[in-house]
Amino acid sequence: MSPVRALVAVTLVSAALQLAAQSGLTVPKAIEAGSAFSVQSSGSGQGTVYIVGPEQVLKRDVQLGSTINFEAGSLYNAGHYLVFLSGSADTATLDVLPAGKIADVSFLARPSRLPVGLREGITGAVYVFDSYENLVTKPETVAFELSTPGGAAQNRNITTRDGAAWIAMDSSPKEGAAQFVARVGGISTTRIIGQVPGDPCGIQMTAKPSGPKVALETAPVRDCSGNAVPDGTVITFTENYNGAQTTVDVPLKRGVAKVEMPAVPGATITVASGVVLGNQIRWGR
Amino acid sequence: MGGRFLALLLFAATIVLIAIGTIWPLPEATVYAGSGGLSSNSSTPQAALRSFGEALHSQAWGKAYFSLANRAQFTLPQFMADMMGYYPNLRTYSGLDTLEMLPVHATDTDAEYQVKMHWATVVGDAVETRDVHVVKNDGRWEVNWPFTKEQVVPPQVIPVNYLRWDVIYRGAGDDWGAADVESPHVKIIDMHPVQRAEGTFIMGELLNEDVEPAYVSVSATLLNKSQQPIATEGSFDKISHLLLPKQVTPFFIKFADVNLSQVGGVRMTPFSTLIPASADPVIEIQDEKLDTSAATSSLSGQLVNQSGQIANVAHVLGTFYDQNGNLVWVADQYVDHALLPQTPVAFNMHIPEDLAHKIASQRTVISTYIMGGTA
Repeated sequence: MSPVRALVAVTLVSAALQLAAQSGLTVPKAIEAGSAFSVQSSGSGQGTVYIVGPEQVLKRDVQLGSTINFEAGSLYNAGHYLVFLSGSADTATLDVLPAGKIADVSFLARPSRLPVGLREGITGAVYVFDSYENLVTKPETVAFELSTPGGAAQNRNITTRDGAAWIAMDSSPKEGAAQFVARVGGISTTRIIGQVPGDPCGIQMTAKPSGPKVALETAPVRDCSGNAVPDGTVITFTENYNGAQTTVDVPLKRGVAKVEMPAVPGATITVASGVVLGNQIRWGR
Repeated sequence: MGGRFLALLLFAATIVLIAIGTIWPLPEATVYAGSGGLSSNSSTPQAALRSFGEALHSQAWGKAYFSLANRAQFTLPQFMADMMGYYPNLRTYSGLDTLEMLPVHATDTDAEYQVKMHWATVVGDAVETRDVHVVKNDGRWEVNWPFTKEQVVPPQVIPVNYLRWDVIYRGAGDDWGAADVESPHVKIIDMHPVQRAEGTFIMGELLNEDVEPAYVSVSATLLNKSQQPIATEGSFDKISHLLLPKQVTPFFIKFADVNLSQVGGVRMTPFSTLIPASADPVIEIQDEKLDTSAATSSLSGQLVNQSGQIANVAHVLGTFYDQNGNLVWVADQYVDHALLPQTPVAFNMHIPEDLAHKIASQRTVISTYIMGGTA
């Protein structure tokens, strides 16, 4: 509650207590957020009923002795409310509980991209809300599912505690855009997690003469789980000969890297990607 | 008393010299200061060369061209291209700052000079050295310009199947739980501080271990023995800012006024963000030769653009290691000619003499800039 509203509430309460009279209110102990409810007043004459709670204040002029009806949607913020009548010392409390039906789910999934085969690398957190954006604190079962096209799905059920549930899951050994789904109360929310290949594994190149040059080509480059390393990954070819060196950084295209380098008899040619080394060729034409 | 007299004397002498320089300036000083007309003195080989340099400084290309003895061998546009290139490059937006002349030999009829032209470019001083012959024709000394024909690419279509990455960031329509695209994961794989006369240097290497291209930079904070920050600096242009997946760049950070003995720790902060990029052009670094002899220690080689796209500016970054593979030094050089497809362009970067003997191997990377975008 904001300080201004709190001050208003305190002022109203003290004003009501000062105006003591023979009147009172009968208030339900608890209601569901957004539901209709009624308050029974006693006494005679005119009065004003105040309902003060978190982020919300209701004021209603009433004929004392009558029933005051509040229509559905009047009180919608879950929390503890204070009910009092002007000119009366009596106060009552009213608890507004989150609606039972889940209407909205916030699903935070991190990270949006990670390497394959990473243990507990993906985390998901779910917050469940009713239609008035109140956190539903009643335990609910959230079904998490992480599925990669062509791979087995991982399924886990977690019960919410104080409106939240969270989980850590392994990235699959198969690359691709994984669907990370959280289902609760008939609502399903999906996040896409990019599972990308890891470092190249066992880079193999071959060499053949190409006019005055040597044509070098790698075999399709894969990570240690057998996933194709994405195009654009830089493969470095280095040729050492007679105290000189030639280097080319070649991005993978269609899974392989190709380059033509000087054909120098006795040259040593190596291939690498990042910090991963591949095979070595000695050009002895 | 003696000190005061000396100070007074020096002050008076300074005033007198300023007055002389202002009233009777040297002709070349007038030209380099941006005022005064161009002289065309051809009474001596040096004067002829100086007049030629003044014309280049003023970008009076016609005057420079028509003062040459061998102008019949090439046209004025070809001469201008020799100076600035046909395609936009570093030199296109530069001017001749100074011209150094080193006499090699001289007779009554000809003279040989080694000429160092210092071009002021957007990335600093670019030095070009040429051996210039000056000849005496009809009593006048004229420059015989060692013309270098600028390469051109014949009109053609070069099919390119190149990769490109584009990025869509989180937008207003995404709900608050939706994560934005992840920044590329980068890692510092090597870091080495070194003390030099100019200050403390932090060198290292940065790897893009992700599968997306990354725009990267590195900053370092030096901490004193109590782990309190002393100074923070960034790598600025001493790094290849665009890293393709699994690409490694060296970086080099200079702390001009800090002594390494003051330093109790270094806090490195790598920065990376996704950037739309293309995988081209691919540049081959050919015939790299590492010369570690004390007098001429350098790394030289040739850059060959294997793609169809013209790379207007190329930045060469060399990483030098000792026999155990430890980082010794990082050097860089901008190439002041555009890289045309399949056309070798030489580079030569200096290595400090005192470090040369430690160097056993090197690794070179190139970053290129395309006019109208970065590649």
